[in-house]
Amino acid sequence: MRIDDELGQRSYDAADLEDLNRRASRRRINRILDVVQDTGITVGLLILLFLGWHVWLNDIVAGAQQNQSSEELSEQWAAAGIIVPEFDRATGNSDGAIEKVTIPVEPRVEEKQGFATMIVPRFGVDFDRVIAEGIDPKTVLNSASTGIGHYEQSNLLGEVGNFAVAAHRTTYGAPFAEIEKLRVGDRIYIETEAGWYIYRYRNTEYVWPKDVNVLRPVPRETIEARDRLLTMTSCHPEFSAAERIIAYSVFESFFPRALGVPTEIQTLRAEK
Amino acid sequence: MYRALWRILPGPLWVRILEAVVLVILVVGALVEWVFPWVLTTFINTDVTVAE
Repeated sequence: MRIDDELGQRSYDAADLEDLNRRASRRRINRILDVVQDTGITVGLLILLFLGWHVWLNDIVAGAQQNQSSEELSEQWAAAGIIVPEFDRATGNSDGAIEKVTIPVEPRVEEKQGFATMIVPRFGVDFDRVIAEGIDPKTVLNSASTGIGHYEQSNLLGEVGNFAVAAHRTTYGAPFAEIEKLRVGDRIYIETEAGWYIYRYRNTEYVWPKDVNVLRPVPRETIEARDRLLTMTSCHPEFSAAERIIAYSVFESFFPRALGVPTEIQTLRAEK
Repeated sequence: MYRALWRILPGPLWVRILEAVVLVILVVGALVEWVFPWVLTTFINTDVTVAE
């Protein structure tokens, strides 16, 4: 570039024009690179946000909501103070001790309706989730007010046979997040208006998603059931749906609400 | 993109910062409320049941 006259007017030669063109195109490239860079940052942030939500935030929020709605249900039952007619304490002896407790069979409720809550001390002091009828993902398993679903084709709660339930292991409040941490003999409480069904964890197996034999009254067998079992199904491995984890528990006893609250439940409530 | 957005935001610096924060909260809120649940149910298999 030269300054030609006294007025300071510029004139450009061929080399200058080339230089200007080069600068213009570099600016254009810079603008494109800017957009590429911003898009990269945005996509990266979105993926990180999604993972954070998926693995962590969603469970905390939904889990707290599920615990909350379960506690509300328990409080309703406690306030109602109902003594269920099936509970037979007529045979109590002179010092008021109960000789015989009939195990009530929880009647079948409408689909999506919560009829029991599950309390598993091994899953933490706060763990308290509603069991609803059916295993519909949208209305039961993914719901913030329930979380655990009862397989309709399996036995009723309290019935001789297999009471089978399903719940998420990750996401949507993940009721069965710690299903693999259960130890033999761990108590699992299922609370209803009538009282507490107390189960003891027995064993775990891993099956393919189509293995519905685990829901039979005696899992895997075609023989007649004599015991009451609790079967919990969830996905395996974590964050995958390739297999299913199946945890079996055996019914131990029924604790009628008329007798108060089981000791371990009282301890849990005190620790909260 | 973000530079252009920053330039568009009106007001002095602290107002712009406030506006940017509000925008971020709105976007993240919409993602968590609608977009992420949709992505999860549409693209990710979260089946926990046994069925034939």
